Amino acid sequence: MTLELLLQYLVAGLTYGSIYAVVAIGFNIIYNATGIINFAQGEFVMLGGMIAVSLERTVPLPLAVAGAVAATAAVGALVEIAFVRWLRRPSVLRLIVITIGVAILLREGALVAWGEGVRSLPYFTGNEVSALSFAGARISPQVLWVLGTTALIVAFLSFFFGHTMLGWEMRACAANRDAAALCGIPTRNLVTFSFVLSAAIGALAGCVVSPITYTSYAVGAPLAIKGFTVAILGGLGNSGGAVAAGLVLGVLESLSVSLLPTAYKDVVTLTILLAILFVRPSGLFGSREASGLKDLG
Amino acid sequence: MRLSRAAQVGLFAAAVVAAQLLSSAAGKAFFLTQLTMSAYYTLAVLGLSLLMGYAGQISLGQAGFFAIGGYTSALLTTLDLSPQRGHPLVAALVRLHLAVPRPDLYGGEVLSVSPWAACVAAVLLGAAVAVSLGVPVLRLRGHYLAMATLAFGTIVSSVAVGTQALGAADGLSGVPPFVLFPGLRVGGGAADRVQNYYLAWGLVALAMLLLLNLIHSRTGRALGAIHGAEDAARAMGVDTGALKLGTFVLAAVTATVAGVLLTHYNAGIGPSEAGVMKSVRYVAIVAVGGMGSLWGTLSASAVLNFLSLRGYFGAYDDAVFGGILVLVMLFFPDGILAADVRALVARLAPRRAPGGEA
Repeated sequence: MTLELLLQYLVAGLTYGSIYAVVAIGFNIIYNATGIINFAQGEFVMLGGMIAVSLERTVPLPLAVAGAVAATAAVGALVEIAFVRWLRRPSVLRLIVITIGVAILLREGALVAWGEGVRSLPYFTGNEVSALSFAGARISPQVLWVLGTTALIVAFLSFFFGHTMLGWEMRACAANRDAAALCGIPTRNLVTFSFVLSAAIGALAGCVVSPITYTSYAVGAPLAIKGFTVAILGGLGNSGGAVAAGLVLGVLESLSVSLLPTAYKDVVTLTILLAILFVRPSGLFGSREASGLKDLG
Repeated sequence: MRLSRAAQVGLFAAAVVAAQLLSSAAGKAFFLTQLTMSAYYTLAVLGLSLLMGYAGQISLGQAGFFAIGGYTSALLTTLDLSPQRGHPLVAALVRLHLAVPRPDLYGGEVLSVSPWAACVAAVLLGAAVAVSLGVPVLRLRGHYLAMATLAFGTIVSSVAVGTQALGAADGLSGVPPFVLFPGLRVGGGAADRVQNYYLAWGLVALAMLLLLNLIHSRTGRALGAIHGAEDAARAMGVDTGALKLGTFVLAAVTATVAGVLLTHYNAGIGPSEAGVMKSVRYVAIVAVGGMGSLWGTLSASAVLNFLSLRGYFGAYDDAVFGGILVLVMLFFPDGILAADVRALVARLAPRRAPGGEA
């Protein structure tokens, strides 16, 4: 393999990997607040892309993206309020099954609303063929949009959780929900907010990646599985780890395509997931105790 | 309403006979085909019911095991070994009657592995995969088995779709009937329809009997203790890890056997049987019937599978099962058939002492 080709695979891997990282961070936000793994996380990415494509027909692109993020955040809130909020001490098993059902309903709803067709947003700058040259590899400007947006999301979240009152309250809620409630923190609303936040970042990722990967009603489930792989790899609940793990997984997957038939791409990812669950369930970057294997059951 | 076990089995047998007589009387004997297929799907969900109800674990890989069963037996029973007749391994198979000749469609003769041998191979493979998946994952708590089995199911489905030797998107066809005993065979011929209907539901009855006996044995009581309070059960000396693994493997094997039998009945298998949506559907059926309630699961499976196979849900097939899953888990976490209206009202009413289900 030439250096240029390797670089090309690397760039493709980083692009996909940063989307996996955003999905994984979405998992982490909800997991930290509630201990739930939200199987519908991938559907938020799908909804973001699909809604933006529809809006883009009537309004300018930035407005379409903003509208899609807001609408998906609203869906996130709705999901939490309708399906999670009012349950009293639900078991983990029950919550898993509910979020699986919600994921299917969102996907089938998208199928009814938008049909089976594959759609995409226009390139944010330039078009399909415009490219920047970098050390012999050709990089689409959209790749920079994806990487930049991911970096922005991560920076925003670390500021949010590190320096704002709402972020502190969410961390308190994650650390000890009962103690947080005793301190007057409205834990229930924060759980809703965690769904809003992770739906919003998922939708934003779905928008920026749409010109490159296209989007259809069915993209959610594979993204959810890969996002979960990344979340586990990085240590469940650890968002810095998720970014590193996402990029690693994206690159591995991209390189696997050069060696194995494309049909087996997902098999590579999932084998990695199983291997990690078997060998080191706390992830590459998590400590064994810190993973805690939080359990509501 | 509490019936003795003999009465329950009697009621079940009566329902099976009634369904056959009614559909024949109504001139809809073709319903029996879908009812027979429902029986095999029921076999796959009964084990899952035990796993979800007693071990408190969820498997999203049930369709993966079903597909391992179906594809293994389809591959072995359709692979023509006659060109390799001279190979010592093939010769040994023939001598042991594990490979048998049969006429093909064009009047020639093919030599392939006998369905019995293929079935045993499929079950061994399914059990081996279940053990190697279950041993590491069941040490972890919560949602890890769900994700690991989801990953496993997706791998099986990707491999089925992506592998030419397994027929890729078309799947495998031309699978011969499975002669269980002389005169009794699992196959889709119209002449065998009634026979196959009773055979399939008879196998379900057999599985029910075995599972019910298991529940009412020492092992079953230990499983019940795990369901109630896992830590307490362990403190009393119950080997919870081994029991959970055993239940998981049992669930996997029932699905494998179901896959083998349905593949012979349909004379083939396609990648849709391996899809994750199928696994989710099995979970939905168990949820409707009530986790750990074998009779509830059986009833829910017979009805829902039949309606789905007859196409009553149309293009909303997946959406119906997703919706059922959400509604049941929100309002009837113990299953619709176990629903207690007073408890439901109490759950929905505000102001209640904290508690609820574990």
